[in-house]
Amino acid sequence: MSGTWMTTRAWLLMLPLLVIMVAIIGWPLVDTVRLSFTDAQLVGTAGNYVGFDNYTRMLTSSNFTRTLSTTTWFAVVSVAAEMVLGVLAALLLNQEFRGRAVLRGLMILPWALPTVVNATLWRLIYNPEYGALNAALTQLHLIDDYRSWLGEPGTALAALIVADCWKNFPLVALIALAALQAVPRDITAAALVDGAGPFNRFRFVILPYLAGPLMVALVLRTIEAFKVFDIIWVMTRGGPANSTRSLSILVYQEAFSFQRAGSGASLALIVTLLVTVLAVAYATLVRKTAGSAT
Amino acid sequence: MERKGSLFTVFVYACALLLAAVILAPLAWLFVMSISPAADLAAKPLRWWPQAADFSRYAQLLSTAENSAGAAFTASLRNSLEVAGMATLAAVVLAVPAGWAVSRTPSVGWSLSMVIATYMLPPVALSVPLYMGLSWLGLLNNVFGLALIYLTILAPFTTWLMKSGFDSIPREIEAAAMIDGAGLFQTWRIITLPLAAPVVATSALFAVLLAWDEFFYALLFTSDQRAKTLTVAIADLAGGRVSDYGLIATAGVLAALPPVLIGLVMQRALISGLTSGGVKG
Repeated sequence: MSGTWMTTRAWLLMLPLLVIMVAIIGWPLVDTVRLSFTDAQLVGTAGNYVGFDNYTRMLTSSNFTRTLSTTTWFAVVSVAAEMVLGVLAALLLNQEFRGRAVLRGLMILPWALPTVVNATLWRLIYNPEYGALNAALTQLHLIDDYRSWLGEPGTALAALIVADCWKNFPLVALIALAALQAVPRDITAAALVDGAGPFNRFRFVILPYLAGPLMVALVLRTIEAFKVFDIIWVMTRGGPANSTRSLSILVYQEAFSFQRAGSGASLALIVTLLVTVLAVAYATLVRKTAGSAT
Repeated sequence: MERKGSLFTVFVYACALLLAAVILAPLAWLFVMSISPAADLAAKPLRWWPQAADFSRYAQLLSTAENSAGAAFTASLRNSLEVAGMATLAAVVLAVPAGWAVSRTPSVGWSLSMVIATYMLPPVALSVPLYMGLSWLGLLNNVFGLALIYLTILAPFTTWLMKSGFDSIPREIEAAAMIDGAGLFQTWRIITLPLAAPVVATSALFAVLLAWDEFFYALLFTSDQRAKTLTVAIADLAGGRVSDYGLIATAGVLAALPPVLIGLVMQRALISGLTSGGVKG
């Protein structure tokens, strides 16, 4: 069969997918770009061309800078904690002990729990009047009075991060565990014979095997964390006093609550650009790590 | 091999117990809340185990009596099932030919890479035109419209999984069938698809999980019982003025059951799918 026919046939087979993708991703993206240069409302007026007005207004607003730093803080802390906890859990699950298979099976539960159910569950746990956290901490005499964990700007973001970590560190653990099981036994044994301590064995023998998969997990988790909407919306809606507002929530408010489609679109594209830059930077890093790990 | 002292063994078991407690405690509490009488949940000090287990909330939520909490819940359950089912079916139908084409003709692979790169797009970047488009088509607050939008998430992912699946089926087997005179679709029916069945099943299950979990688009594009999905219904309950926290917990347990069961049953396939994805990127 000729190569041209093979290629033509391949395109024909991909056509349905590509048509749908252009219709529900390509076109909306282009239209978001168009809208971002207009003062269009969500319903009604089509809007006039306003140049870069939306962008300059959004980028210079204190809302944006504050939300950007909140989102960055959420992403950095939660992803870092998930990586550390995930690797620690994987190192534990790589030991031999009774019940290991059961424990490994349990790790799938937080991952499988729907995000909204997870958010709801933690919202109930943090409840200021009847929540389990308040009850447990007072019964252990660690705090004297019930607190409003999600109701105070000082603790709300930290409480969200805990809830997010609980759901996502098991996935990192499972990925790291699979990588650990690929470390040849004789190499760790040889390092032991050579007198390498636990830390050095981890750093120089095990970590190179973990680096590639962990980098990929890091990239995916960071992108997810920057786009975060669901868990925050259900637990705090960005409050109290906007202390937990993420970029996605800011776009939602601008475009849908205030119905300002134009400026919402420009904000959405700024977020997209940020995520893309992050992803490209990371991808370069992954390629380097994957290259040096072998 | 490493000599493992008894102190080390104790340490390992202590850590294992701690990890199990961390994973299980919140889940167990969700279930306990769902069967505790409202008075127990409001008691100070909190009663950690109900005096008498009360399963009535499950019956309450699953009843279809009109204008009850159950009517709203079962409607959203049905919507979630419909949307996840339709979107998954469509995603698999699109993904099988496209995944096969990229696997066998790598020169068109860049188009799939572009499709997969859309994963980076935050849904907010598409939401305004999608909202306007659905509104123009009259598909706002409609399960078909929502299922169509879910393809933005499901189709790239399933195509990529199918492509890796087809990569592991030797093309020589297909070539042999074609030399014997089988056409493309006949070869697929007799050779390729039976061999790819496990991958198709895994992709479909992943797609169901993704659709079941989706919240943002459902929040934007649905407004009442005709299309609201479970995630939106639960967020409504959690954010509304429901005084019985046990009822919210019960809704959570019911919504979590299908994906958790899929997760447990498909553990091995899911983990290998996740990790191969994680390793290969």
